[in-house]
Amino acid sequence: MKNRIILTVITVLALLPAIPLFLILFQLLKEGLSSLSLDFFLHLPAPPGEPGGGIANALVGTLIIVGLAVLIGVPVSILAGIYLSEYGRHGKLSETIRVCADVLQGVPSIVIGIVAYAWVVKPMGHFSALSGSVALALMMIPVVVRTTEEVLRLVPDILREAALALGVPYWRTVLKVVLPTGMVGVSTGILIAVARIAGETAPLLFTAFGNQFLTLNPLEPMSALPLVIFNYAMSPYEDWWRQAWGASLVLVFMVLGLNIVSRILARKIAGEK
Amino acid sequence: MKVPYPIFRTEDLCAYYGDFMAIKHVTVSIPEHQVTAVMGPSGCGKTTFIRCLNRLHELLPGARITGKIYLRDEDILELDPIIVRRRVGMVFQRPNPFPTMTIYENVLAGYKLLGIRLKREEADRIVEDALRKAALWDEVKDVLHRRGTFLSGGQQQRLCIARALAVNPEVLLMDEPTSALDPKATLQIENLIVELKNTVTIVIVTHNMPQAGRISDYTAFFYMGELIEFGPTAEVFTNPKDPRTEEYLTGKFS
Amino acid sequence: MRNLEEKLKNQARYDALFRRLAQAMGVLVILLVIGVFFTLVKESWPAIKAFGLRFLWTTTWDPINLEFGALPFLVGTLITSFLALAMATPFALAGAIFLGELAPPKVANPVSFVIELLAGIPSVIYGLWALFYLVPLVRYFQMKIGAPPYGLGLFTASLVLAIMILPYAMSVARDVIRLVPQDLKEAAYSLGATRWETIRHVVLPYARSGILAGIVLALGRALGETMAVTMVIGNRSAMPHSIWDLANTMASVIANEFTEATEDVHLAALVEIGLLLFIITVVVNLIARLVIIKTRVR
Repeated sequence: MKNRIILTVITVLALLPAIPLFLILFQLLKEGLSSLSLDFFLHLPAPPGEPGGGIANALVGTLIIVGLAVLIGVPVSILAGIYLSEYGRHGKLSETIRVCADVLQGVPSIVIGIVAYAWVVKPMGHFSALSGSVALALMMIPVVVRTTEEVLRLVPDILREAALALGVPYWRTVLKVVLPTGMVGVSTGILIAVARIAGETAPLLFTAFGNQFLTLNPLEPMSALPLVIFNYAMSPYEDWWRQAWGASLVLVFMVLGLNIVSRILARKIAGEK
Repeated sequence: MKVPYPIFRTEDLCAYYGDFMAIKHVTVSIPEHQVTAVMGPSGCGKTTFIRCLNRLHELLPGARITGKIYLRDEDILELDPIIVRRRVGMVFQRPNPFPTMTIYENVLAGYKLLGIRLKREEADRIVEDALRKAALWDEVKDVLHRRGTFLSGGQQQRLCIARALAVNPEVLLMDEPTSALDPKATLQIENLIVELKNTVTIVIVTHNMPQAGRISDYTAFFYMGELIEFGPTAEVFTNPKDPRTEEYLTGKFS
Repeated sequence: MRNLEEKLKNQARYDALFRRLAQAMGVLVILLVIGVFFTLVKESWPAIKAFGLRFLWTTTWDPINLEFGALPFLVGTLITSFLALAMATPFALAGAIFLGELAPPKVANPVSFVIELLAGIPSVIYGLWALFYLVPLVRYFQMKIGAPPYGLGLFTASLVLAIMILPYAMSVARDVIRLVPQDLKEAAYSLGATRWETIRHVVLPYARSGILAGIVLALGRALGETMAVTMVIGNRSAMPHSIWDLANTMASVIANEFTEATEDVHLAALVEIGLLLFIITVVVNLIARLVIIKTRVR
């Protein structure tokens, strides 16, 4: 009897949080879908207070800022991951690198924003998409470093030996045998990291800053979806609130899409084992 | 013991894992165009011995080699290990084709992975030649552009042999190449080894005594890191000089 | 084969070069962390010099007279984080037990999948939802009980934080609970223990430190969470006196004031808050790491 009651209580407690979480999804769909239209994707924002306009600049901005972050962060991360897996499995230096990656991953995103401000915005003298990308790259590096290491460690040693026994130098063995064998896993890690940074707002507040106009120049301030959501939500205009919901829905689709693709990839690796 | 045409000659070869001495003062000559079986109980150092011959041993952390290993009068410990490994190929215990490559690419791996460009006809010729030598051509000639990992275990192992032969090595080291295979696939590989000795010298680690008896011309017997017996297989098997060899051959320990 | 010899000539050099390059990128990760720390110290130096340790326990935050004390934000961060943790933990734990022990895999797997997807929703969207749905709800509730009906404030911020960290804490705890060996549980059942008794006396004790690590990690997230909190906490830089008050956390005051700070010392004070936040989260994360390592050793 006691068993029954307690298990029921646990089940109820477990299911209660589903209510707000499903409300969020439901209300996001309800409010967001009504603002989606072709114009919403293709137009620039209207002047403050005027209804209409779209988020074309923010969409392009998010793509550029995130793309640039990937370009900055991924090569560094993969090489560092290769170091941890192929050269320094044990040893003080590797352990320090691992701890530092964990520390960096735990740094609040707003603090990363401050650092990118000090490193890029201050010397340049103005806000820029580039500084936002630097901030986002800082956030993705630890994730990609650790997944690269984990994935490459799973590549069996007999493949490394097969290549070495053919007279292939180690660096080519790593780049042409080990890395391609683990590529699906590494891509999964990159996608997860991209999904995470694409929705980040705090590190962009005083780096990319936002821009009412469309720009492709990474040295200028640039808009991004999360910035639009924040700025519109906090604005006094009802039409902007509506657009904030629309932009949120677009962003959620992007992030969830990336997450689902990465999960399918991850399942594919698990299936091959 | 002297052999007619030695291709490999070791002098006082010792190999270590950290402080542990896995190979102790081995001096031996390995004859050209013959199959030499390396035998002995597990942990006796036979795999370590052949991994010295293509300098794979020293890649393990803490591993090192002392003494001399001559490959046709050149000390391989003085040569670039990459050159050594091009001249001394290796086949491993478990088939290990590269999973990201097709059969065709696997055979050419010794060129492709080094970034060596081949003309189309030359590449085709090398692939066909190597696969024929490995007795695999007829089975795979229509599926050359499929992944090597789709093949059966025995076929994969022959693919690995083709991959090693494609770079024209002088010696082929084989580390228990049939221990992961079924009897039929094992027989195919054994027949292949006997045929191959016309083109390449073979050093094979095995702890399957009948197999050594069937395919090898010479036998080296290792015990606790020492080479305790070396000679023509027929002689070692029928008339062992060392009591420990005899005990092993009669199954007293393994 | 001239081709081959040329290819092979420089390989030893390339090998060393590649190793160096990879190592340099590994070292870069260390340098980034050191760089983050020193940048924060350097940029906050004017504030550290001007206010010293007083910064930590004075409550005046006055950008006009340039007098800065960070206590209200420290308090704001601690209250929202711990309140959120207190609200989320029972649900997260129940959810983890439900998914790990009670629900059949047919239910547990898709539900876990959805939960992990929810954990990936950007915080600005939680903030948007809270602003338009949670705030009116809280305001209604405040009017009922006679509290000041702002809707915004510490309580709302804690609530949205709790909702945000819940999926995360739940999935960490569920992973740990799944690691409890089946034979331990079967041993308990074979002794006649009920399901709850098995959970209470076998599963939970075994998973205790892992669950603890999950809670500490969730705390680390809550401490640094910025956007959702910024949007509903009310942006008031004074010492809060009740959980209904408008307030600011360390993260939200930076988000709200950083681009508007014109005086150097104001900016430096904000960076110093960032430095404090950095130190706190690093310590919390290292504690979680230690707990995890201890669990693995056992």
